[in-house]
Amino acid sequence: MFRFIAGRLLQMIPVLLIIATLTFFMIRLAPGGPFDAEKSVSPEIRKSLEKYYRMVNPDGSPRSLWLQLGDYLGNLAKGDLGPSSKYSSRTVNELIGESFPVSAELALWSLLIALGFGLPAGITASLRPNTASDYIPSSLAMAGISVPNFVIGPLLVLVFALKLEWVRVSGWDDWIDRILPSITLGVLYAAYIARLTRGGMLEILSQDFIRTARAKGASQLRVVMKHALRGGLVPVVSYLGPAVAGLVTGSFVVESIFQVPGLGRYFVNAAFNRDYTMVLGAVLFYAALIVLFNLLVDLVLVWMDPKQKFA
Amino acid sequence: MAGDALLQVEDLRTYFHTRGGVVRAVDGVSFDIRKGETLGIVGESGSGKSVACYSLLRLIPQPPGRFESGRAMFDGTDLLHCSDEELRKIRGNRLSMIFQDPMTSLNPYMRIGEQLIEPLLLHRDVSRDDAWQQGVAALRDVGIQDGEKRMRSYPHEFSGGMRQRVMIAMALITRPELLIADEPTTALDVTVQAQILELIRKMQCELGSAVIFITHDIGIVSSFCDRVLVMYAGRIIETAPTAQLFYEPKHPYNQALQRAIPALNAKGRDLYTIPGAPPDVSKPMRGCPFAPRCEYAQEKCVTSKIELWDVAPNHRSACLRVKLGEIDLTPAERPDTSAVEDPVRA
Repeated sequence: MFRFIAGRLLQMIPVLLIIATLTFFMIRLAPGGPFDAEKSVSPEIRKSLEKYYRMVNPDGSPRSLWLQLGDYLGNLAKGDLGPSSKYSSRTVNELIGESFPVSAELALWSLLIALGFGLPAGITASLRPNTASDYIPSSLAMAGISVPNFVIGPLLVLVFALKLEWVRVSGWDDWIDRILPSITLGVLYAAYIARLTRGGMLEILSQDFIRTARAKGASQLRVVMKHALRGGLVPVVSYLGPAVAGLVTGSFVVESIFQVPGLGRYFVNAAFNRDYTMVLGAVLFYAALIVLFNLLVDLVLVWMDPKQKFA
Repeated sequence: MAGDALLQVEDLRTYFHTRGGVVRAVDGVSFDIRKGETLGIVGESGSGKSVACYSLLRLIPQPPGRFESGRAMFDGTDLLHCSDEELRKIRGNRLSMIFQDPMTSLNPYMRIGEQLIEPLLLHRDVSRDDAWQQGVAALRDVGIQDGEKRMRSYPHEFSGGMRQRVMIAMALITRPELLIADEPTTALDVTVQAQILELIRKMQCELGSAVIFITHDIGIVSSFCDRVLVMYAGRIIETAPTAQLFYEPKHPYNQALQRAIPALNAKGRDLYTIPGAPPDVSKPMRGCPFAPRCEYAQEKCVTSKIELWDVAPNHRSACLRVKLGEIDLTPAERPDTSAVEDPVRA
């Protein structure tokens, strides 16, 4: 198992290298640059900024992109994501370090909501397929998948913040501020998890060994919890890797709606501002997260299914 | 005879209500089994023998399955209509089941030991350690050595024959009064089949359990069972003590089955097959279900009401013409029985 984990971690290096290179050239291909804001900066400041970021040589001639990429990768090897191209006084490491915990907390609450609603709904639906106790959660899940979160978010704000005045419209100070963003972000994932749970459980519950368990005198609860759940949740766990990555990275819409100071907002703003280093830093950080979560999921899957071996 | 019946099934009808129509999988089956008796149920695929036995433990998915009528009295409890709670107390405790395919009937996600001792934990007031020790002993009884280690294995680490041994150990660990074995050897190699049959017989002797043995292998029935039911199209068409059923068939279907057994001394000749195919049980049937394939069939076989009649002592048949004494199916000489020899010793 140790070899398996070490091997997967080593694989991360080429993956991140390729992503860094591709992203580097793609963001440079985009029209405009970090210093082309509405309030244009004076040519002198611009010159000095370009020197600071080593986009030009000391004599003022343009520096080749390959050299700039080399600089970047060299710093990356030391774990330094460089200074933000937009906020020259801050480093990308600082910005991510500040904003990621907020995004991570939002993602965690959303994940709990997604699992807390998705699993019971999916299990309930699977127990009596094609009856009301299946149709109701299944259609709710379909609705959850179909309605985008930029519709759910404002609707929740309208009802719970403006009409009922139970919570505030936006912000991230109190625990109560966590509720609406977490629900908005979690709904889609709850819906997917419900569908996957239903499918996985239906498949397992039709297996011969479930009949064996019933023939032994196991109660419905025991059949579901002890005999079916472990196999039935395999699709859900496989989905959790991409889901967690999606919760962490996909939160920028929700963060914008509710003014949550998370990484997602920085990421989107960085793209608008051509904040080269911030975009690169965020992309690499997300990529590393996705790889790590998929590794974690693979470990859990091996633990869940005795037939799986580390390969 | 009914006095010491362990299980009495009366007019069991299990229908499946599907989009394509009503499938009458079991259509009016009545039988009983005494304590310690071994009852064989034979019939071809789709004859309803498995459904009939799954019905006894209500292991039929409902819907689409439905019990249209019938009772199954097991020591004063109607298995078909008692509460789920009552049924659970009988399942795996006093009435156990062995399934056809040991490859899929064990839970691949649970350790063998966990599954093996589950009936004890559910039905007996024992500690986990006690149950575990009984599990090791049960494995030894079915011929699995090194039980301590084997208890901690997963099913995929076992061969098919070993898994069926585990299934047998699991079904018998509570010393049930009745064991239903649904084609327990069909999915196994011939050599392993013989071992498993011998094992079931040995365990039956030790525990004194009654056994219902479902199979489409007439050879197994002849060596193993006291009494045999022959099913066709969801009905019982003949029942008799084993020897009588083989030597004095009272139903053309049974007789045709005997003729279809490959015999060693008939080498080189084409094997007899029954013309036609079993009827589609999703269509309503009039009269005898075998009539379309029967060489003795007449108009009245289709128009009359067919029942299971007493045609000889302990021998019942659903053939109208046998009952009327119009045909005698008993062969002049005893049929060659070399092929229905005991497969254990063969």
